[in-house]
Amino acid sequence: MTFDEVFEKLKTKFPDAILAKEETKPDPAVKIEPSKIKEILAFMRDELKFETLGCISGVDYPKIPALCVVYHPTSYTHKTIVALKAYLPRTEEPSIPTVTDLFKGANWLERETYDMFGIRFTGHPDHRRILCPEDWVGYPLRKDFKSPDYYNGMPVPLYFAEEEKTDTGGHA
Amino acid sequence: MISQETIVPGSHESLKTDELLINMGPQHPSTHGVLRVVIVTDGEIVKTARPEIGYLHRCFEKHSENVEWGQVIPYVDRLDYLASMNNAMGYSMAVERMLGVEVPRRAEYIRVIIAELQRIASHLMSFGTYGLDMGAFTAFMYGFRDREMILDIFEKISGARLLYNFMWVGGTYRDITPEIVEQIRSFLTYFKPKVDEYNTLLSYNKIFIERTKDVGVINLQTCFDYSLSGVMLRGAGFKWDLRKDVPYSIYKEVEFDVPTGSGEMGTLGDCWDRHIVRMREMKESIRIIEQLLDGIPEGPHRAKVGKIIKVPAGEGFSRTECPRGELGFYIISEGGTGAYRVKCKSPCFLNIAILDELGKGQMVADLVATIGSLDIVLGEVDR
Amino acid sequence: MLSQDSLVMTSVDEVLSWGRKNSLWPLTFGLACCAIEMMATGAADYDLERFGCGVFRATPRQSDLMIVAGTVTLKMASRIRTLYDQMPDPKWVISMGSCANKGGPYWHEGYHVLKGVDRVIPVDVYVPGCPPRPETLIEAVMMLQKKIRVTQNTLGIFEPRKHA
Repeated sequence: MTFDEVFEKLKTKFPDAILAKEETKPDPAVKIEPSKIKEILAFMRDELKFETLGCISGVDYPKIPALCVVYHPTSYTHKTIVALKAYLPRTEEPSIPTVTDLFKGANWLERETYDMFGIRFTGHPDHRRILCPEDWVGYPLRKDFKSPDYYNGMPVPLYFAEEEKTDTGGHA
Repeated sequence: MISQETIVPGSHESLKTDELLINMGPQHPSTHGVLRVVIVTDGEIVKTARPEIGYLHRCFEKHSENVEWGQVIPYVDRLDYLASMNNAMGYSMAVERMLGVEVPRRAEYIRVIIAELQRIASHLMSFGTYGLDMGAFTAFMYGFRDREMILDIFEKISGARLLYNFMWVGGTYRDITPEIVEQIRSFLTYFKPKVDEYNTLLSYNKIFIERTKDVGVINLQTCFDYSLSGVMLRGAGFKWDLRKDVPYSIYKEVEFDVPTGSGEMGTLGDCWDRHIVRMREMKESIRIIEQLLDGIPEGPHRAKVGKIIKVPAGEGFSRTECPRGELGFYIISEGGTGAYRVKCKSPCFLNIAILDELGKGQMVADLVATIGSLDIVLGEVDR
Repeated sequence: MLSQDSLVMTSVDEVLSWGRKNSLWPLTFGLACCAIEMMATGAADYDLERFGCGVFRATPRQSDLMIVAGTVTLKMASRIRTLYDQMPDPKWVISMGSCANKGGPYWHEGYHVLKGVDRVIPVDVYVPGCPPRPETLIEAVMMLQKKIRVTQNTLGIFEPRKHA
């Protein structure tokens, strides 16, 4: 099953929730309505035989501005992967429904996306940070993230700005 | 304090029992790194085993946004440090796909030979440490002895023992010489009978079988639910290997089998099945290398991509079969000299997430067997 | 060989240092890539045991040498401090690899990487390399042994080291 066939089937089933086809190269993507993600993934899993959810990634687009969640449902039957992109407003904590009840593996992937981008997954059973410590401030993979100077009393950067003038060892 | 009166002789009902919370890790000899598992036990039975990760979070994705395309490769090497070559090959192929570059055939041959050698080295490590977890020290020594021979070959071609920076965008960093081909050949002659020896030593050892059979059973539906890949999937009896099913590089030109678990010693998809799949995969890797060694074509070992790579705007998801499962790279480019976003879909991250479900109702000692059979590398879990 | 009524004269310091240097018990403490090279150093080909430093212990309470092998993250740093505090005196630390020395390749964008383990615990020997070869680690151990050899510790009144 090629990407276009999957897109046509999705478009017939969800005329409102499938917003557009993004003709990116080499892999095109489907732009979807964020609130309908659960129905779309359930349909793909049960009807189109996309058995597993390969990946959930977050992307930050400060220029649009938007935060994007990209789902990669994977099919062993058709040996293919389709990218679904859900654009969310670029606010402090935008939210999208969780898909943990469809794919249990989404649990950690969603936690990671929350940790890195601050996207809230409503209905998630264990909504905590996963990679960074629990008391971490900020979302590291947002483009405007600034590394903290101190964490728990430990200095984070190798050199501080005022030191840099006198000591440049190791700096490119 | 329990007073004397409350204890009735011969009766346990009046005794207060409590659940015990144990922290396994981050410093623990059999968590394969800095994994922390928060275990709640009822006596010897595990009630929940919740993995806590992030103790080796080295900000790979942030780095890859801030350096040039080629400079990401050293960081990719350090993701799964037991299979650097496979990782770097996966990343290079993802970038080449975005670029639309055709890799020279000589480079493809070198890449596949090296990647399969790395797979053997990685599985040897898994064999050794799994033996160590199960209390067999000899397996560890044997595994490392043979792994050193592969590292010697890698050292000759790249100059490094563990992290190579050898696979580059467009091909490989260096060419291989006839002496190295000879060395690989003599290694294969030496190593071929060893796999059977190791199977006799560990895999078919009565104690080892008793420790691993019927333990940590993963069935196929669980695999799909948790997006497991690689050996987990094949151990559960599902014949799926990206090298075979979605062939990349020159894998469609070579003959090899995809070993799967069959529940020989106990239940389908138990720890023993996963272990034996790894052992059999080593044999298949030997087969692949043997077919390729004789016919390495002449020609350049790297396509001309230029010093500063500029990837046209676009996005792509490409995946390769690494020793630990499907490694995917989701790359977004905006046409610059560096990536806009690189997401690494790491197999170990998804594989270890199943531990909570597997651990329920197990003995504490079996939990170690289960973690060992998942064969995780924390560098890739935390990235 | 010494005959039965021979006499050997030495100082207590000398005997203690000699004993300590030849029976270093490292903590099994792998963090990242360097841990694999540390394991390789202990395994068949390089055999760290030849130098009196091969008894890897799983608990800090039985060990006197900590080989910090790999990248120290901010999440891990406090645990390293705890482990170090749990080790009995006298104790020594080898910082293995560029990451443990100064953050390694993660020095610029590594928001979650501690730039040098010496920011939380005192270090005796720094080993450069990414990762260092097993020979380099062996040399570091021998260097540490040289250091222990000349340490003056009188029996019973060992002075705990000043913490960073």
